[in-house]
Amino acid sequence: MSIAIVQFGGSNCDLDVLHVLKDVVGVDAELVWYKEENLDRFDGIVIPGGFSYGDYLRAGAIAARTPIMNSVKKQAEAGKPVIGICNGFQVLTESGLLDGALTTNNYPKFRCESTFLRVETTDTPFTSAFRKGDILSIPIAHMEGNFYADEPTLARMEDNSQVAFRYVDKNGKVTDEVNPNGSQENIAGIVSTQKNVLGMMPHPERASEDVLGSSDGLKIFKSMAEYISGR
Amino acid sequence: MQYQADVTIELKAGMLDPEGTTIKRALEHLGYETDSVRTAKKYTITLEAESIHDARENVEEMCQKLIANPIIHNYAISLRETE
Repeated sequence: MSIAIVQFGGSNCDLDVLHVLKDVVGVDAELVWYKEENLDRFDGIVIPGGFSYGDYLRAGAIAARTPIMNSVKKQAEAGKPVIGICNGFQVLTESGLLDGALTTNNYPKFRCESTFLRVETTDTPFTSAFRKGDILSIPIAHMEGNFYADEPTLARMEDNSQVAFRYVDKNGKVTDEVNPNGSQENIAGIVSTQKNVLGMMPHPERASEDVLGSSDGLKIFKSMAEYISGR
Repeated sequence: MQYQADVTIELKAGMLDPEGTTIKRALEHLGYETDSVRTAKKYTITLEAESIHDARENVEEMCQKLIANPIIHNYAISLRETE
């Protein structure tokens, strides 16, 4: 099994993800530069956080139009698991692999803090190791994490169980006070219609070892690895 | 022929514009009352094209493929010949 970690100019969480996959989960992983056009040899893909191309134009917009994204689309269509974290989530919405868009936080401030997430569905390659309703502590670090989709899209996503995580309080309650960016319905992460593409604003790689204060994010990578093993 | 396109990108009506809201608040601190402040971005693109029609089609495509995100943005193109 080998997982590709896509690097754009400005990616900065790539090495953290590499460390978690190789040293903590114990799977093979490789950094892949954005000019690569063939990802057939990989079983899964991670688009890490950062500020690809300086977030010029819009966060993720330029990265979404690079050559590697055509191959990411091809692998996603083949059913391989693809996860985009933070800037990676922005890249996935910009490239049309995920619904909606991410815009400036409702209070226009870069927010870097610990958040609680509720697992909304376990029917994805990334959340199968959880129980529905589990509360996770995973940090965010973003300026443009306000998820927006029009009402019909939101309704369809809801019907199809495409909301993976919501921001909640420590007891699992959805409130405006714990919504860090104004995301519609406190959405923190979503999956594609086929469920094999996940985008999330919080950083599970920053919560994958006890020494970091939380290891709640580790199960996301472990679920992904187990899904690949079972394919 | 050379053309200049001024492309204006703005958030769709009804979408929150936190930057505009912050500017509105700053104006209030200076003693100015406004009903609302909305932000927009302008890109100036110069390009060669056979006709103004071709230039428009070209810039229209640029907006749809990259410059605007149709989920959240409206855009307007203003074109003129520069030589």
